Amino acid sequence: MESQNSHLESVYTLYQDMIKKGFTLIYEGEVNHQITKTFTSMADENMGKVSEDDSVRKKVFHVMVECLQNICKHAEDPDQEDTAFSGTGIFIVGRDENAYHVISGNMVDNVQKERIKQSIDMVNSLDKDKLKELYFKKLKEGSLSEKGGAGLGFIDMVKKTGHKLEYHFDELPEGNFFFILKSTISRK
Amino acid sequence: MDALKLKGSEDTPAVILDAASNIFELSGKSMPENVAAFYGPILAWIDEYGKKPNSETVVSFKLEYFNTASSKMIMDIMSKFEDISNKGNKVKMKWFYLEVDEDMLEAGEGYSEIVEVPFEMISY
Repeated sequence: MESQNSHLESVYTLYQDMIKKGFTLIYEGEVNHQITKTFTSMADENMGKVSEDDSVRKKVFHVMVECLQNICKHAEDPDQEDTAFSGTGIFIVGRDENAYHVISGNMVDNVQKERIKQSIDMVNSLDKDKLKELYFKKLKEGSLSEKGGAGLGFIDMVKKTGHKLEYHFDELPEGNFFFILKSTISRK
Repeated sequence: MDALKLKGSEDTPAVILDAASNIFELSGKSMPENVAAFYGPILAWIDEYGKKPNSETVVSFKLEYFNTASSKMIMDIMSKFEDISNKGNKVKMKWFYLEVDEDMLEAGEGYSEIVEVPFEMISY
């Protein structure tokens, strides 16, 4: 019997849409260390199958780990245990002729929004040498946050890919924001 | 002192810290779930070793991949060996990188600029 279930019908639409947009991976839900490991090795294997250049593969891997860890570190925040912030988000990897795109989306509050915006704008304004300088300066003088981050993720992404980070904040009714981050890695 | 040996995994590096055999090496991938917990015992071992180091210490880093949080821990490891060097002991770093991996070479060069011990860059 043919199903009238709209969920089933929308699967093909979604499939077509993914193909059209070049999305090879879409995930919505909790991001934890296990997910991070699984996705990164899956993507790496996938790139191996299409004989992607080794240095491109490594850069995509790098960006994916940093993005996923950005999302999952929110899960460890004790103040945000039981809210929609708990390390959940959306994660997309896309590929077109010229580049890979790693896109993540997760909820942040106003304070986080300002901090993120400031930090990305600053990183985006620096050239390669200045980025390198800042990276090693922070490495030398900084320390790990309680969540185990080194505060180097954004710098590293721009430094390794040579592309500025694109971002967008969607304002939500409760005064929070949905933070979308996109990093691009050129193919050779 | 007892050697510290850890088998590598898909997200943690293989570690050999063996004063008796004079082997000090980190290799593989590093993106542990909890960097502080993984690197804590390693840093503690180096502190202990620093009390009575060998006359010559060569530390090898043969890493395929490390995340930014691990890069901070690698910095801390190097700083501890730098302290040992500052006390008048011979310390040298060997930084291995895949020939095609420019980012890994660049990382090694960056470390060599801030850690004041001799570095050797070795491609493989």
